[in-house]
Amino acid sequence: MATTSVPAPPAAGPTGGRDRPARRLRLLTRQDRVVLALMLGVPAILVLGIVWLPALGTVLLSFTNWNGIGPVSEIEFIGARNYTDVVTTYPPFDTAIRNNILFLVVLFLVATPLGMFMAVLLDRELRGTTFYRSALYIPVVLSLALVGFIWQLIYSRDQGLLNAVLGLQGPDAIAWYGDPNVNIWAILVASSWRHVGYIMLLYLAGLRGVDPSLKEAAAVDGAGQARTFFSVVFPVLRPVNIVVLVITVIEALRAFDIAWVVNKGRNGLELLGTLVASNLIGEASLVGFGSAIATLLLAVSTVFIVIYLVTILRGEEQR
Amino acid sequence: MSTTTPPGPVRGRVPQRLEPVAVAPRRRRGLTAGRVVLYAFLTIMALAWLFPILWAVYNSFRDYAFTAVNGYVSFGGFTIDNYVDAWDRGNFGQFFLNSLIITVPAVLFTLLLSSTAAFVLARFSFRFNIAMLIFFTAANLLPQQALLIPLFRFYVNVDLYDTYYAVIITHVAFQTGFCTFVLSNYMKALPKDLSEAALVDGAGVWRQYWQIILPLCRPALAALGTLQVTWVYNDFFWAVAFIRSGDKFPITSALQNLTGQFFTDYNLLSAGSVIIAIPTLVVFFALQRYFVAGLTLGATKG
Repeated sequence: MATTSVPAPPAAGPTGGRDRPARRLRLLTRQDRVVLALMLGVPAILVLGIVWLPALGTVLLSFTNWNGIGPVSEIEFIGARNYTDVVTTYPPFDTAIRNNILFLVVLFLVATPLGMFMAVLLDRELRGTTFYRSALYIPVVLSLALVGFIWQLIYSRDQGLLNAVLGLQGPDAIAWYGDPNVNIWAILVASSWRHVGYIMLLYLAGLRGVDPSLKEAAAVDGAGQARTFFSVVFPVLRPVNIVVLVITVIEALRAFDIAWVVNKGRNGLELLGTLVASNLIGEASLVGFGSAIATLLLAVSTVFIVIYLVTILRGEEQR
Repeated sequence: MSTTTPPGPVRGRVPQRLEPVAVAPRRRRGLTAGRVVLYAFLTIMALAWLFPILWAVYNSFRDYAFTAVNGYVSFGGFTIDNYVDAWDRGNFGQFFLNSLIITVPAVLFTLLLSSTAAFVLARFSFRFNIAMLIFFTAANLLPQQALLIPLFRFYVNVDLYDTYYAVIITHVAFQTGFCTFVLSNYMKALPKDLSEAALVDGAGVWRQYWQIILPLCRPALAALGTLQVTWVYNDFFWAVAFIRSGDKFPITSALQNLTGQFFTDYNLLSAGSVIIAIPTLVVFFALQRYFVAGLTLGATKG
């Protein structure tokens, strides 16, 4: 599958292997068909009821003024007012958008390329490869909430390592998690720390699938390592690249945990995810308003989810 | 740094980052400058990445009184009291139990439901195959916050709010999407003859699933199981959303009990962090192969 960078050849398209198994379905007894319906139906209903319907519910609620307490029958539809309010009269929204974009840019321009670079370096027989790989992806098994705490030991204003090393004391000391000018960068470093290992793993898996003769052919043609990578290997990795791109975007959009454990996403750490949560479960409980932000988040995510699905499903047809 | 080239082929002299490291089949060279740079870089990266964890471990073994006087950049004051303290004060025994109560059923049901769905989608063909696959896979990618309020209301209405069931059910539904996708890919790769032979033998579909296909999926199930245990254990969001009673929270939220309003004992916090990380680190060291397989199986189709 990885030997060609050409997108799905239309010839092998959707009609390819479909009729044979379809015939098999008709051979089944009625009892078998009931069993199959249950085997697929039960999980499908669960996913529908617990994921899709609530998502739809959020979209509907975003057009109402519900406060989350009154009976559902008293919900009033107020059109797009929540959306105009979010955009025009709610300053944290601007900050959140800026922070989410910052997240995306940093993950995309720093953490993701670094992960890829490390994968390329470690995708060869080096002594100690296992150690290097493990060291880089150990943060991946830790929860983001825990990552937030672990980095607090470094960022703390009075007891943290960073201020001690930089010699910042007393009035000069910086509260890396508290100062709204720097705290977003502090959590970006912590998030990237975890992201690099994840991306490295994905690329290592992708590189393992690359036909070695491709690289050899390029080497014989006199291409250097860097050129071999960018003009031969990288294009072949197209499916991985798209998966990584989408994962990076979705991680940036869903960013939540660290900001939430640090200060519930306030004071410089506003993110779309934390705004949704604090509007929904905060003191004010502005359900319609929070849902409008959630819907915007859903809409942007959907675009990338579609890209992701098209990529992986196309890869499947190719197989 | 380019002047002290160790004896070796001249080609490696110019420190062009990666150049001199030959592709595997070429002759083994000695230590070229490039190699030294490469190893130095890798070592620095690895140590830098391990550092925050090692720092937490290091300070978790030190007495607060000692670090308060000497600062954290110091050596000495070793003790294991922080662990004892953290365990007691954080009530970690209870919280670990809670995590276990949530994680085990959530992972088992996720694997059961996703494997049945994957079995149908991978081994049988009907008109909505692709649509169903999208339906499952996309569900796992939606932002969790976007489901919060309707789900919350739902659980309140059916009296499941503030119970483990709410958290478990949500985990199962959310993770089933991902696992269905991975398992259906895996099952598709199994030879078609298997099912045909079973059909000829008159085995029903359930027997086909349970006795033939599922045992063959053991590697994929192990990989997914490992990954899911880590994810569910690490989750923070659903627990915070659907549980209110302080004594029902999973271990991930226990750390908050150790942070004071105005003053935080960081050595204690370090010990708490290490305790919480231990199960995932055990997974990391013991089941690393499965964990990596699970993670990459999903994203790149193995």
